[in-house]
Amino acid sequence: MKVVNNRIPSVDGLGIMKGRPAFTDDLADRSSLIVKVLRSPHPYARIVNVDSSEARKLPGVELVLTHKDFPRIPITRAGQGYPEPSPHDKFVLDEYVRYVGDEVLAVACIDSATCDKALSLIKVEYEILDPILDFETAVDNSIIIHPEPEIHEMFPIGFEPKRNIAASYSMHIGDVEKSIKESDYVIRESFFTQAQAHVMLEPHTVNARLDYQERLIVYSATQTPYHVRRIISQGLEIPLSKIRVIKPRVGGGFGGKQAIHGEMLVAYVTYKTGKPAKMIFTRQEVFESSYTRHPMRLDVTLGADKEGNLKAIDFHVLSDTGAYGEHALTVFMVVGSKVLPLYNKVDSVRFFGDVVYTNHTPAGAFRGYGAIQGNFALESAIDILCEKMGVDPIAFRQKNMMKERETSPIFAIMGEGTEGTAMDMETCKLDEAVSRGMELIGWKNKYPRVDLGDKIKSVGMAIAMQGSGIPYIDMGSATIKLNDDGFYNLMIGATDIGQGSDTVLAQIAAEELMTTVDKMVVYSSDTDLTPFDVGAYASSTTYVSGNAVLRAAQNMRKALMVEASRILETKEDEIEFDGKRFKAVSGKEITLVDLSNQITYSHEQKQLQVTSSYVGHKSPPPFMAGFVELDIDKETGEIDIVDYVSVVDCGTTINPKLAEGQVNGAIVQGLGMAIFEDVKYSAKGKLISNSLLNYKIPTRVDIKKLTTVFVDSYEESGPFGAKSVGEIGIDTPPAAVANAIYNALGIRLTKLPMTPEKILLAYKQKENK
Amino acid sequence: MLIKLSVNKELKTFDCEPGEYLLDTLRRNNYLSVRRGCDNTSCGVCTVLFDGKPVPSCSLLTVRAEGHEIITVEGIQDEADKLGRIFGDEGADQCGFCNPSLALTVYAMKRELKNPTEDEVREYLVGNLCRCTGYIAQDRAIFRYLEDKS
Repeated sequence: MKVVNNRIPSVDGLGIMKGRPAFTDDLADRSSLIVKVLRSPHPYARIVNVDSSEARKLPGVELVLTHKDFPRIPITRAGQGYPEPSPHDKFVLDEYVRYVGDEVLAVACIDSATCDKALSLIKVEYEILDPILDFETAVDNSIIIHPEPEIHEMFPIGFEPKRNIAASYSMHIGDVEKSIKESDYVIRESFFTQAQAHVMLEPHTVNARLDYQERLIVYSATQTPYHVRRIISQGLEIPLSKIRVIKPRVGGGFGGKQAIHGEMLVAYVTYKTGKPAKMIFTRQEVFESSYTRHPMRLDVTLGADKEGNLKAIDFHVLSDTGAYGEHALTVFMVVGSKVLPLYNKVDSVRFFGDVVYTNHTPAGAFRGYGAIQGNFALESAIDILCEKMGVDPIAFRQKNMMKERETSPIFAIMGEGTEGTAMDMETCKLDEAVSRGMELIGWKNKYPRVDLGDKIKSVGMAIAMQGSGIPYIDMGSATIKLNDDGFYNLMIGATDIGQGSDTVLAQIAAEELMTTVDKMVVYSSDTDLTPFDVGAYASSTTYVSGNAVLRAAQNMRKALMVEASRILETKEDEIEFDGKRFKAVSGKEITLVDLSNQITYSHEQKQLQVTSSYVGHKSPPPFMAGFVELDIDKETGEIDIVDYVSVVDCGTTINPKLAEGQVNGAIVQGLGMAIFEDVKYSAKGKLISNSLLNYKIPTRVDIKKLTTVFVDSYEESGPFGAKSVGEIGIDTPPAAVANAIYNALGIRLTKLPMTPEKILLAYKQKENK
Repeated sequence: MLIKLSVNKELKTFDCEPGEYLLDTLRRNNYLSVRRGCDNTSCGVCTVLFDGKPVPSCSLLTVRAEGHEIITVEGIQDEADKLGRIFGDEGADQCGFCNPSLALTVYAMKRELKNPTEDEVREYLVGNLCRCTGYIAQDRAIFRYLEDKS
């Protein structure tokens, strides 16, 4: 392969580095009205009265919007395919506010200062209600967070709002309780994971204008432009045909931009006033009023026999979706479906629990999407079990984990919100990943620990899997157009949010058409101009959109051959095409440039353009083994990450450097969740870790070395052998670090993040025993 | 009020409010490579060079820039081109929202630190947050750029 699996620079990096206008706000109309939101100071309250008379008198105030301005249409902001597996439990604005930071009302003014002044003049009278701030008390609490009658589920997801349950699920294979009773070794442990923040550097940003056809043009920093268009249409009752959503360059998403945030209000303001409008979340709003990862309690029971066989896995999970149920069921199911198949030789598995409403910032999609929570619990529990059994944790994994050509019955049972899809592992290089990872980290010399005096060095590991899109649901498509002078346009619905999909998809098309990336001009994510794609989520772009691009390129090749055959007066199978030149066995030939010019300008003129789509029939999991080497300071409990080895099976790496970037970025985000990113609420339910000054993400000095390697692997169903690589990297750090801390100090931390304070406290308690 | 300053070696007069921050003044005047990532100088995205030193423009009042020299990435296009090509080669590009500000900081560092160690480089750039790359590829590219003496 000449283009695929080669280190090609990203198609857009240079222009971005040089500061070309590219991001959503760079493209806003400079005369836009500014939209700002008054946010609830209470975790739960009913709005009794709004007095905006003073604000409305202020010059420059265009609109004051309250819940009375909007039709009573329940929606979900989740940004998923339709019908969504998330409850329709949100109104653009509502009479109730359900968390500190929830939307009370909005103003649209000529500038930011006028907005601030207007908001300060508005008097809101609240009936303050008792909130639910502890998710373990939510089910059947006397407080009901969603009493409104109009909300509903789109299909059965276990939605019981009267019990504060947004979704629930249960499955089992075999008889877990019997298997556990018969096991020689049993361990039980509960794990807690926190509401991690995405902290993409570009805040949520949207702007809108009406064009000269009176259509609503929305520029949005989104991962899901087609879903944004649909949800705006549903929520504001604007015909879909009147809306165009354009996704410019996006400054990171990580799942946080799968949902819609300011789009409804800005679209409404422009549609109502005819004037351009824009909204940019403050960083505080990004923290308090967008999305977090779902915090969870995971109760795990494992059973094994004396021969070292894992026999039973029992997972009970309670997930906190906060005030609204975006991604409630699907994140919950991924805790099981993309974690439990790792150990496919058990007799029985049970996975069950509820996703509950609380009066906290809503949770939603976030890279890993449940798998990181499940991985932390299961991969910690496996080490706990091995300790109890007195067996080596790596040998135990090697005996019990998924192998190539094997399967798990879980794939058929659990999908994302629906039944799953049975599949065998055509590619699963976990064995090789584990053994190479051991070598690269120097496991034999460092396990379990090396005492360095003031510090203890230790190693820990975990294995992980993810998916590649959602089979039979996620659809991607691609259009390829031939231009005169022999270059192509590749138009894709797929959404580049900084991960490099424009580059990777151009590589796939260029490879198939035997050309170079500079001749494959990419344009993506514009609902008027590019074909449909579900968007950037569920690790789907390389696999699903990539397969669509590959098919489009194959079809373009066929279309080219038809034209060459006509021009060269030779049968197609007697013509060879090398990307630049068509050569007939007869000796006749024509270059692509000449062919393209001829069909554009001189003979039998036509536009060659093809469109192809792809829906996955399975979701081949990428796999990886993650190994951490860390030094712990005995005095302070502080952790120094010395190295993190990732050995990844993602099939072919379409762009090895960008694939490495996906893994490295995810590892560091996972390390942030493991040891740094502490989420704190006040007693009154306000998120107080709401700025980059008190919510620490990993910085450049925290990360000195990452060793990321890819094993040889070729997934037949993927484009040029590729599986996904966007999420798999985030899953292992919490468990690998927890296992390393145990190996160093003999303390088992079960609650994230594992801060120096928690490490030291547990260590001192152990020493004092 | 009217403020006179130099932006990318051009003398400019900006009309601004007394309490306005330089970030907002610059964006209002179409210097769109200077962007907002947070509200309190913690992310580095709004960095400009103020008399040659990298500063966060989100907390610098425009009036303080009166008579001073401001450089945005538009003012160091050759160096940004050089760094950008090395970033491409190392696979260090992801979303790039912070890249113009990182280019400015790296450029200032190259002029300020003579033969810095890797730790000194990381320390200098600690205020330039990145959530995408995990830093390693960026650092590889930056070390290469520092070695480039052309």
